[in-house]
Amino acid sequence: MTSAIHPASFVRRHLLTCEGLKAGEINALLDLADKAADGNRQVIKKRDVLRGRTLINLFFEASTRTQSSFELAGKRLSADVMNMNVSTSSVTKGETLIDTAMTLNAMRPDILVVRHHAAGAVELLAQKVDCSVINAGDGAHQHPTQALLDALTIRRAKGRIAGLTVAICGDILHSRVARSNINVLNIMGARVRVVAPSTLLPAHTDRLGAEVYTDMNAGLEDADIVMMLRLQKERMQGSYVPSTREYFHFFGLDHEKLARAKPDALIMHPGPMNRGVEIASTIADHSRSVIREQVEMGVAVRMAVLEAMARQLPNH
Amino acid sequence: MKKSDPPPPPDATAFLNARLVDPASGKDEPGGLLVRAGMIADLGSHLRRNAPDGAAVIDCKGHVLCPGIIDMQVFTGEPGQEHRETLKTASQAAAAGGVTTMVVMPDTEPVIDQVALVDFIQRRARDNAAVNVHIMAAMTRGLKGHDMTEIGLLKRAGAIAFTNGKSSVANTRVMHNVLLYAKDFGALIAHHTEDPHLIDGAVMNAGEVATRLGLPAAHKAAETIVLERDVRLVEITGGRYHAATISCAESLAVIRTAKARKLPVTCGISVNHLTLNENDIGPYRTFFRLRPPLRAEEDRAAMVRGIAAGDIDVIVSSHDPQDADVKRHPFAEAADGAIGLETLLAAALRVHHSGEVGLIPLLKALTSNPAKLLGLAAGRLQKGAPADVIVVDLGLPWVVDKVQLKARSKNSPFDESKMQGRVLYTMVAGTLAYQYAGMDRS
Repeated sequence: MTSAIHPASFVRRHLLTCEGLKAGEINALLDLADKAADGNRQVIKKRDVLRGRTLINLFFEASTRTQSSFELAGKRLSADVMNMNVSTSSVTKGETLIDTAMTLNAMRPDILVVRHHAAGAVELLAQKVDCSVINAGDGAHQHPTQALLDALTIRRAKGRIAGLTVAICGDILHSRVARSNINVLNIMGARVRVVAPSTLLPAHTDRLGAEVYTDMNAGLEDADIVMMLRLQKERMQGSYVPSTREYFHFFGLDHEKLARAKPDALIMHPGPMNRGVEIASTIADHSRSVIREQVEMGVAVRMAVLEAMARQLPNH
Repeated sequence: MKKSDPPPPPDATAFLNARLVDPASGKDEPGGLLVRAGMIADLGSHLRRNAPDGAAVIDCKGHVLCPGIIDMQVFTGEPGQEHRETLKTASQAAAAGGVTTMVVMPDTEPVIDQVALVDFIQRRARDNAAVNVHIMAAMTRGLKGHDMTEIGLLKRAGAIAFTNGKSSVANTRVMHNVLLYAKDFGALIAHHTEDPHLIDGAVMNAGEVATRLGLPAAHKAAETIVLERDVRLVEITGGRYHAATISCAESLAVIRTAKARKLPVTCGISVNHLTLNENDIGPYRTFFRLRPPLRAEEDRAAMVRGIAAGDIDVIVSSHDPQDADVKRHPFAEAADGAIGLETLLAAALRVHHSGEVGLIPLLKALTSNPAKLLGLAAGRLQKGAPADVIVVDLGLPWVVDKVQLKARSKNSPFDESKMQGRVLYTMVAGTLAYQYAGMDRS
């Protein structure tokens, strides 16, 4: 495990993007998260780091996993947690965002956790409020805590991140998970590949620090980590792939393709999975699958982020 | 209520001690210019120091006196969206920016696609506007791209050219017939070129910046594909065609080829695409969300070379007022467009001050070229031409402050930008429409 760095080395008011994070900051968060993960396996899980603080989960886009993970993280740190699900269909879009931000700001929360369907929306909101803001996913832009929990999962399983080859496979075009992971893994010294049909690749992905493969067998060759992405059907505005059958044939993770990766390669997925679309059911439950551990680390990483931020919150 | 009438304008105005720059003839020499009855009565070195008796005198102090700018692409909110901009407020911004003629676009509510609406704009402009206003009418009804408008009647009513506004006609047959029909009337078709299917949902130029920002993006070929189709249609119809605002090197190559083949094809560019690139969007700044979208730096540089070489005919402001209600949104949900009338000349001068474009080719694209395309008598310093002239201090530094801009909406991508060059006087048909009052240091 990486040598201990003083946990206070993550000194930021907001966590909006993974771009520009320093390796030291990430390691500090992962160290904190490691401790949180241990604590979460104890009978008494609650600590009083955020006692008296208010955490608002503001979700403009439906989410079960991320929202409950943040809720649990906040509660385990003794924060008062409020969940707000803003239905975007019933309101005029952007005006509500800024209005909602101003309204919530007046309620004096300490930390806002925000998910929004538009890229940049969380940053826009962060400019309007006085509290700390954590991006829980904005459009196809960023999902920082996902990349951090993936990094933690990898670090715990492999003992390191630097030097590993990570293949991120699937709908890169619409994926904030992919962008965040490309950032974090590059910062931590991993070698990143992206694997997708050309219709699901944004322009110049290579310039973000990833080798691009359109042939999954080649892309998985000797990979240490196989990170699958959900084929986000609800975001498809056009015909990016002809059918789920064809997609699974060429880009679904099955035993044959997995055999190209290293024998001890880990299988990851941010969830929720489409079994039989991007991942074979038996692979999802494979002994090398760390998909459930990712969920567990999700709570730990979010606790670490909240804890690090709590140190920056004003005390008067 | 009876107001006292303003004093009658003097019989004549003399601009003395000027640097006369006439892009049409390429002349750039010291001299003076005499205005009488709304026309340029005389000009030349003999008027450098001495004004005829009775004429009001403006000392240009050696600054540039050139034709007023003719801006071929101005969106207003009149009728229908007056809270964004009226003909009056747009014309005040125009006058402050040295624009003496603005061509307003038909993208209003209702769309300017009928003779009565052309008449309406003309009357509103006559009563309220500080500068000349011409109308580019819709070439398809409601700008929907299906049915041709009454091009002949609209032209007779005064429509100066025809356009499909901010959208391309996707249906090739419709575009073909419009070009063919317009040819019989000698009408100019100015077309926005972006393939509507390729840009569906896109809010940015495809490239590294869009990928990093996670924004839906379209390849710049969306522009060139429509342009190539249109040039092919021009070839078979003979219609006069103007690509309203090109933005990438590939489109410029298409224009060059068409011109080399003597096709009646011209093109324009917005000053934004000449001076800004996609990196300026930075952290999702919606004032930089434009149509076409801002491109990569290579493309911007190619556009500047296109102006220098004379391959791009016209620079427009593409003034497009949008209020905070539609701009203060996440980038993907905000409206397109930026205001630009008042900053057009100052922004365009950037590529002159950088040494990339000579003053004459730059001013040509702002004055005589659009005049020629639109068949206007203005746009040149010549005896008998309308006295639409401006005096410009090319070197005057200033910082854009949106609060002081005259446009009703404040969505300027140049807010807080440093500029060099400012209009000192704007004269429209012999009347001073604007006079620079000095720096406001409040």
